[in-house]
Amino acid sequence: MAVELPFEKPLIELRLKIEELKRFTEEKGIDMSVEVATLEAKARVLAESIYRDLTPWQKVQIARHPERPTTLDYIRGMCDDFVELHGDRCFREDAAIIGGIARFDGYPITVVGTQKGRDTKENIFRNFGMAHPEGYRKALRLMKQAEKFGRPILTFIDTAGAYPGAGAEERGQGEAIARNLVDMAGLRAPIVCIVTGEGGSGGALGLGIGDRLLMLEHAYYSVIAPESAAALLWKDASQGQRAANAMSITAQDLSRFGIVDEVLPEPFGGAHRDPAAMIRTVKAAVSVVLAELMAIPPANLPILRYDKYRRMGVVMGGAIDRRPADDSEDGGGLPGAELEPEVQDSRH
Amino acid sequence: MLKDLFPKKRRYATVAPHPGARDKVPEGLIEKCKRCGQILLGKELEKHLKTCPHCGYHFTLTAPERIQITLDEGTFEEFDADLTPGDPLLFPDYPSRVAKAQEATGLKEGVVTGRGTICGNPVVVGVMDSRFIMGSMGSVVGEKLVRAVEAAVGAGLPVVFFTVSGGARMQEGIFSLMQMAKISTALARLSEAGLLYIAVLTNPTTGGVTASFAMQGDIHLAEPGATIGFAGRRIIEPLIRQKLPDEFQTAEFVLEHGMLDQVVHRKDMRALLATVLSLHPQGGETVGCRTAL
Repeated sequence: MAVELPFEKPLIELRLKIEELKRFTEEKGIDMSVEVATLEAKARVLAESIYRDLTPWQKVQIARHPERPTTLDYIRGMCDDFVELHGDRCFREDAAIIGGIARFDGYPITVVGTQKGRDTKENIFRNFGMAHPEGYRKALRLMKQAEKFGRPILTFIDTAGAYPGAGAEERGQGEAIARNLVDMAGLRAPIVCIVTGEGGSGGALGLGIGDRLLMLEHAYYSVIAPESAAALLWKDASQGQRAANAMSITAQDLSRFGIVDEVLPEPFGGAHRDPAAMIRTVKAAVSVVLAELMAIPPANLPILRYDKYRRMGVVMGGAIDRRPADDSEDGGGLPGAELEPEVQDSRH
Repeated sequence: MLKDLFPKKRRYATVAPHPGARDKVPEGLIEKCKRCGQILLGKELEKHLKTCPHCGYHFTLTAPERIQITLDEGTFEEFDADLTPGDPLLFPDYPSRVAKAQEATGLKEGVVTGRGTICGNPVVVGVMDSRFIMGSMGSVVGEKLVRAVEAAVGAGLPVVFFTVSGGARMQEGIFSLMQMAKISTALARLSEAGLLYIAVLTNPTTGGVTASFAMQGDIHLAEPGATIGFAGRRIIEPLIRQKLPDEFQTAEFVLEHGMLDQVVHRKDMRALLATVLSLHPQGGETVGCRTAL
């Protein structure tokens, strides 16, 4: 039995009622087909109205759905010959981030991503997909390997955040993420990042610097978990719903802001309703994007990446007022952002 | 109450202070040390660069104060002083919080950037100010720091950033998070250009700032006792269900765990920066340095 979300309840109840009527028809031989048809039509309308206009908070619930496809599902579904590689070579292996090499569309790639579990036991092993510094360091080790061997990099992001524990702090959680940001910025290898579920703050960004950012339709990406924002703003973590609505964290918001490059549609009702279809959609999108990026000389990628991130932010006053909507038109070229001529030349 | 039957004998007459008396001490005349409780005269505190002469506690400095004690007098040229935050998410109360912070600080945003010299060594600096919405990082903080790095790359100068921040600014949502990425890409370019970047971490440096430019320096310095960490103690303690030791996430703790190069008393910071700058190609010659004390 699938795990149902609270806002789906009216629909579930209606469907149970239909089942009941159908059984009644069969057992008692009384024809209820007209009633069944009416109710089925009603259920379709109801489903439509629930899933077409999901609130940000409902999307957060879908993004956290325990049956949502995980990073390993995507890797296994999209790639052949996956070889998992372990360890950061400094301290230990971190099962909250998985990584390795695989074959995608016939060529070798490096994959890394946060990994959640399906049940309590698995989640304890995976630390609920919340990585320690060693996880980020393992990811960076594998990504540097990708650069060395000329492989593109695919990162899957689905984490509530980096793990906030005493050991994580002692071993430099901040430093580990910071190192990933600055080193990923300079990698001479194509990087495609996909937020598949939760994009939780710095812990997500630690695998999220790349040439393209894709996001699933009901995924969210936020500077702070909605519950934590509520705790800070209104001293009440149960106001997560209110915070989620105020913070513009959906894929649609981020697409409007020009931060996400592509929003990938999910099967009706969410990725967990048809994981195979979801994986096909992601695979097709990655296939197109990677082909595009692999045509760019690797040395130019950090320069283009710089331009991409340079445009992000909303700043008033000074020489130019900048709003996100302006970006698509003028390319967001700030006077200070102009490339050095010799750097720009190397692009051609 | 039984206690009321046996009133305590008063041995002295007590005089209640005049209700307005407290307000009559002019601001800045005296200050109480937050660690040892000593009462310090404003002038005395000033002389010690706002550190407690008894216990060494480092009071928080504003960005203008930091610039004044760090750079050579009259050498500071500010960049982009007029940039001010937008409200991209139309977040409840954000514009009024910004306005309040602007009024309280006289600054347009929580970071001051520019160039100047430290004991004759030319340098680009960025100094955060914790009075501005807890020194949080939004689009303008990111933009100003990136422009400062770009100026440094253009002029071949080293960069020193002084951090004090509660992390990414919630009210600008994903834009704040993306400033971490933006500054990181700029610092990658600075590094590529072979230029020095020194991060000086002051109390407190946490969250998204720790997870980006505070920890991306060639050299990491910190002031004694500064709180430095990613996740705050208030988040960790309930999670692990135990109280963390007092020294957890202090500069000294972070030094011991290998994330810092040195913990440096404020009175020695300027001279050390000058020495480090002079040991790097773009530092120029050190032309003598006034000692702070």
